[in-house]
Amino acid sequence: MNASDLTTVLICLPLGAALLIWLLPLSRFATGSLAVLVSLVEVALWIEQAVRFDYGARGLQNAQQTAWIKDLHVSYHVGEYGFSLFLVGLTVVAMAAAVGYGFWVGRDRPRAYFGLMLFLTGATVGVFVAQDLLLFYAFFEAMLIPLYVLIGVWGGPGRIGATLKLLLYTMSGSLVMLAAIVVFGLKYGTFDLIASPTSPSRWLFLGFMLAFLIKAPLFPFHGWLPDSYREAPAEVTAVLSGVIAKAGTYGMLRIAITKFPEPTSFYRTAIMALGAASLVYGSMLAFRQPGFRGVVAYSSMAASGLIALGLFSGTNLGYDGAVLQMVAHGLVSAALFLLAGAVERRTTTGEFAYLGGMARGRPALATLLMVTGVIALAVPGSASFAGEFLILAGSYQRAWWWAVIGASGVVLAAMYMLRLISAVLHEARGSLVRDEAMDLRPGELSLIVPLVGVLLALSFWPAGISSHSFAGDNPTKAVREQFR
Amino acid sequence: MIPTPHVDWFAISTILVLLGASFVALLSAVLVPRSWRRPFASSVAALGFAGGIVTSIWLYVDSPDGQRVIASSFYRDRWTALAQIALCAVGLVATLVSVEHIPGPGSLSDPARRDDHIAEFFALLLAATSGMAFLVGAANLMTLFLSLEWFSISLYIMCAIDYDLEGSLEAGLKYLIIGSFGSASLLFGSALVYGATNRIDYAGIAQQVDKLGLSHDVLLVLGLAMIIAGLGFKASAAPFHMWTPDVYEGAPTPVTAFMASATKIAALFLAVRVLNTAFPQERYLWTWAFAGIAVASLAIGNLAALTQRNVKRMLAYSSVAQAGFLLIGLSTGTPLGARGMAFYLLAYSAAAFGSFAVLAARERELGEPVTLDNLAGFGWERPFLGLAMWLFVFSFAGLPVGGGFVGKFYVFSAAYEHGWTWLVIVGVAATLVSLYYYLAIVRAMYMRQSQELRVAPVSGGSPPPERLLNAAVGAALVVSVGTLFAVEPLITLARHAAAALPF
Repeated sequence: MNASDLTTVLICLPLGAALLIWLLPLSRFATGSLAVLVSLVEVALWIEQAVRFDYGARGLQNAQQTAWIKDLHVSYHVGEYGFSLFLVGLTVVAMAAAVGYGFWVGRDRPRAYFGLMLFLTGATVGVFVAQDLLLFYAFFEAMLIPLYVLIGVWGGPGRIGATLKLLLYTMSGSLVMLAAIVVFGLKYGTFDLIASPTSPSRWLFLGFMLAFLIKAPLFPFHGWLPDSYREAPAEVTAVLSGVIAKAGTYGMLRIAITKFPEPTSFYRTAIMALGAASLVYGSMLAFRQPGFRGVVAYSSMAASGLIALGLFSGTNLGYDGAVLQMVAHGLVSAALFLLAGAVERRTTTGEFAYLGGMARGRPALATLLMVTGVIALAVPGSASFAGEFLILAGSYQRAWWWAVIGASGVVLAAMYMLRLISAVLHEARGSLVRDEAMDLRPGELSLIVPLVGVLLALSFWPAGISSHSFAGDNPTKAVREQFR
Repeated sequence: MIPTPHVDWFAISTILVLLGASFVALLSAVLVPRSWRRPFASSVAALGFAGGIVTSIWLYVDSPDGQRVIASSFYRDRWTALAQIALCAVGLVATLVSVEHIPGPGSLSDPARRDDHIAEFFALLLAATSGMAFLVGAANLMTLFLSLEWFSISLYIMCAIDYDLEGSLEAGLKYLIIGSFGSASLLFGSALVYGATNRIDYAGIAQQVDKLGLSHDVLLVLGLAMIIAGLGFKASAAPFHMWTPDVYEGAPTPVTAFMASATKIAALFLAVRVLNTAFPQERYLWTWAFAGIAVASLAIGNLAALTQRNVKRMLAYSSVAQAGFLLIGLSTGTPLGARGMAFYLLAYSAAAFGSFAVLAARERELGEPVTLDNLAGFGWERPFLGLAMWLFVFSFAGLPVGGGFVGKFYVFSAAYEHGWTWLVIVGVAATLVSLYYYLAIVRAMYMRQSQELRVAPVSGGSPPPERLLNAAVGAALVVSVGTLFAVEPLITLARHAAAALPF
């Protein structure tokens, strides 16, 4: 099989497996194993692609194109650039961990659950490889469908309200994007991202950006975030914040910035301001949260702000750092939410008021939470540090005060992360922490350790991503010339 | 002496097949013993519809160049044939659903009378489809009105077929009165147009308007307005929709399913033809009129659906809103709009039919009208029907799991190409509003447990297996999802069909 087919296989394999799971009356165990197996095969296929990928070559790789709606020049066009490859990698790794977690926890109604998780995998991969606007939109929306049911059925007590908010918020953004896509495609005669020219239209730019700002989410479009992250099952929150939110920032890079150079520079300050506001405001909210998930949820918003800051700084360092930060933060927040799930399973709560002292007698939990937390707060030497440093350096090149605001976010990150770590692991033993609450089991370890392992590997070699995302050393030039 | 016209029997073969089957079914009401009536009449209906599909496909293949036949009163072209294929397909699945579900649950005091009128029902179903198949090919205002009444009268009776139920009778009566009002409006409009132009055939009207310079003539415009109103009634577009919720709610659910999909197909295929053939000079007027009707339907349909608890009624309002989306395509008056609308109609009618058929199953299980409350847990109890319903409503909402997504994209594209970006924005806003109530259905089916709401099952034991209904829903599902993927072949069909129209 050649590498181009692999792109389609990465999308279709989980979708097909989802269909299979829905159709075949398999047992709980068989369903779960099949889903885990498929997710692992996805990871293997991705590794195969990553090995074969030519990081020095310009232009789209692993591309495939078939007509879908000839009438309006819409096609099934998929392919990868360096940065999309890494985001696909993030997707398959985080989804594999999430599917494994679901299996380990033993979600009820396994056929529906695993089918939806696989559906979500396929759709998310599709978002990151689609090179046609309508196809991108279709995958962008298709992600929401399983997500809606996953939260609505397996979520916490407030799930109904959370799903409604999630759907209405994100759909209002993406429907505006649909209008923008229709106008863009018909105006320029093609929906293809590569064949279409750049556009000077500020309205269209804003139409696209609204969807991405809500998805990321950036302040003030984050209204859906706290509810969804709190109510969703832990592993769904992990992929929601780790992977799906990255579709927003990916869209900013792949569509908004690439296709709308003039509006991008016109609105640069405004969007960087939103990014900075999300970073600072999100961090402060994270510091004030009463529970584990709240902290990580708002820290995700802060991270999205930082990524947007890097992307819209429009500098080489900013782009490199943003891609690195997308992957690193994706892994960090996936790991943290899985750990949150583990803590909640042991104590029935994520509230700090009832937690504390969990480090005693639970070395694996303590170590993993500590390591992930320390990476999350961007301690020098970590992957997040590399990402944040590049972003800050990039925004410094734009104007020095951006870097100052950005750096304040890093300080705040240390505050809320350390607060989280001490509230869960240290301090006096919480009232709901019983002595019998076990350490992480091998099943959980086998899911979280690989995530943390990848993070550590990235910490040793951040250039693995930051200098391979854009062919050549000049992302600005790549964004300007390569993607069309 | 009036000369006898040459009759192209093949052009009306679909209509004749359906009508023939209808006669056989009707005869079986007196000739076939009661215990055999249901299987016999339904088989005749199924065969009739299958035959209709075959002949209309044949007609499609064999009529690449459109022409008027039988004294220029009927169009033999691909536009007609495509609509007929769709209508017969809807009729076929309606037959499958009706076998078990007519008469509706709780409609008879004496179960022994269950098979009394089943043969007449299938005869009416065939006759109604036959009338619709005639309507879409009608080439003058006379055949138009004739066929409109033909299928309407059949539908009036079908709505009231559960004559022991007040709701069903009310639906029949309401549809009869308001439907007659619509027909009268259309007839009066036709008379005015005839008065202005002295012609009744579409093409002749256009010629005469050209020749006599009648464009914007008061009589003609008034006639056009009344024809539009009449068509609006049949397509259940706002502000001519007021019968829709009551009739859809009261009629037996298989009939509702049939009406929601087939009537819209017939009315909209016809509307595109009439407006573009007979009134091209007035295009400016009717495009704006239909844009207004589309906006009204989107607004009224969606907002009214938001507050409904009865699912059938909610879907009725949703069908008003969907008419709005379809009319966006029609209102552009362009080939792209026409084929976009035709495509959307395929996707819409599959989802509309399927969703009502699923409701029929739930209704039978409960023995009472389906509401958002007693839909709770349905998705888990009947996985196939639940999944199907899920996909149908998401297809309505324009999420990319069904052809509704592509259809919406098409009509929006047509509106934009026509220069109506504002209509795209209205459509997008309407889609957003519609999400709320479509999601409510999914929420009710999956996210609440039936125990939670204490829905009492009607009787003990598991629900009866409904293979025929499942087959019908499965077919609708295949079309609904298939239209997402197989866009190219279907749109090619629609393009060839629309080529028959004078754009």
